[in-house]
Amino acid sequence: MTQRRSHAVGTGLFIVLGFAALAYLATQTTSLVNVSQGASYTLKARFTNVGQLKNRAPVKLAGVRIGSVQSIQLEPAKLDALVTMSIDKRYNQIPEDSSASVLTSGLLGDQYIGIQPGGSPNSLKNGDELILTQSAVQLEDLIGKFMVNGSSGDSKKK
Amino acid sequence: MSETAKRRNILLDGLEQIGDAGLFLPTLIAAIPRSMRYFRETVRQLWFVGAMSLIIIMTCGLFVGMVLSLQLYHVLEIFGGTASTGTVVALAVYRELGPVITALLFAGRAGTSMTAEIGLMRATDQLSAMEMMAVDPIAFVVTPRFLAGVIAMPLLCCVFAAMAIFGGHLVGVTWLGIDNGTFWSNMTSNVDVWKDVVDGVLWKGLAFGAVVTLISVHQGYTTPPTSEGVANATTRTVVASSIAILALDFVLTAFMM
Repeated sequence: MTQRRSHAVGTGLFIVLGFAALAYLATQTTSLVNVSQGASYTLKARFTNVGQLKNRAPVKLAGVRIGSVQSIQLEPAKLDALVTMSIDKRYNQIPEDSSASVLTSGLLGDQYIGIQPGGSPNSLKNGDELILTQSAVQLEDLIGKFMVNGSSGDSKKK
Repeated sequence: MSETAKRRNILLDGLEQIGDAGLFLPTLIAAIPRSMRYFRETVRQLWFVGAMSLIIIMTCGLFVGMVLSLQLYHVLEIFGGTASTGTVVALAVYRELGPVITALLFAGRAGTSMTAEIGLMRATDQLSAMEMMAVDPIAFVVTPRFLAGVIAMPLLCCVFAAMAIFGGHLVGVTWLGIDNGTFWSNMTSNVDVWKDVVDGVLWKGLAFGAVVTLISVHQGYTTPPTSEGVANATTRTVVASSIAILALDFVLTAFMM
């Protein structure tokens, strides 16, 4: 009987440990950590090019994560990308003339949306749109510009 | 001539084994309701294949995580990307290494003992004796072991992965000096719950658990009743399980991508 009970206790401990490990993996090491941000409100912004921006990419203000990208859609009428962001309710005092830009963390890192605060006393509300935006910098375009400039400079010298 | 005949025999034997194991599966599943009467036996098997495997699984998980972190740090340093060490350790462990290494260890530790135990029961006529006493050996011996293996494997995979993350953190952050916040935030922003944890660890663990235990109990149940037969069946369990795990892993990954 005691032998049987020790089996049952060992098995129970094993199952509890297994599920605890699963819960740890699922909640502490995945993007679920960032989902649990509580109450939020949405802001919109239009970009001519979002580059490699993905859903759930961070939205940062002064380098601090304040929310995440909810969806990226193509606006058929204007042919630009409409990005919907969900922002933590705690940060509800973003001036309405703030600007949004698609930035890259590091040289080869993931892209995120950076918000540069403006100076207006009025703040953005749920569903508002950030008018001032700056698209993603395309590395290919930059390289192209440098090459064109470089060659034209050379031709001038000649 | 004899060479080709031998090769054909090996091929035919392999096919026969696969087909026989495939036919064994429905028999085994059909016996699940009957084996509920022997629920205690299932718990005892779960204790043996699951709880008793914890030590080997946890130790191996810890060292796999540590060595991954150490290797990746020095490779990623070349590209100035040591910040993603945590991400790569987590993704590698969740998607591939966790389920595969756990399944290989499981086949070696639990699968072989299942085969040897059932094989010896067959060799010593215990299975026939059970039939004589109107105890269905499939429901009493085979199905509880199969169920225990299927339940234990995903849980063991989770424990393995958690230990690997712990080991990776130990080497990456404590020893090599990656920033703690960078390590975790990079990991959490790139690892997905459904695609990596559920698909990788849980489903793969479940599939490998089913395949390994099916091979083990089938090899044990159909073993020739001699000491040589039991020895061969145990060897075949390890060989067939390892091949099945790695082949199935490729197929599952291809489907999940």
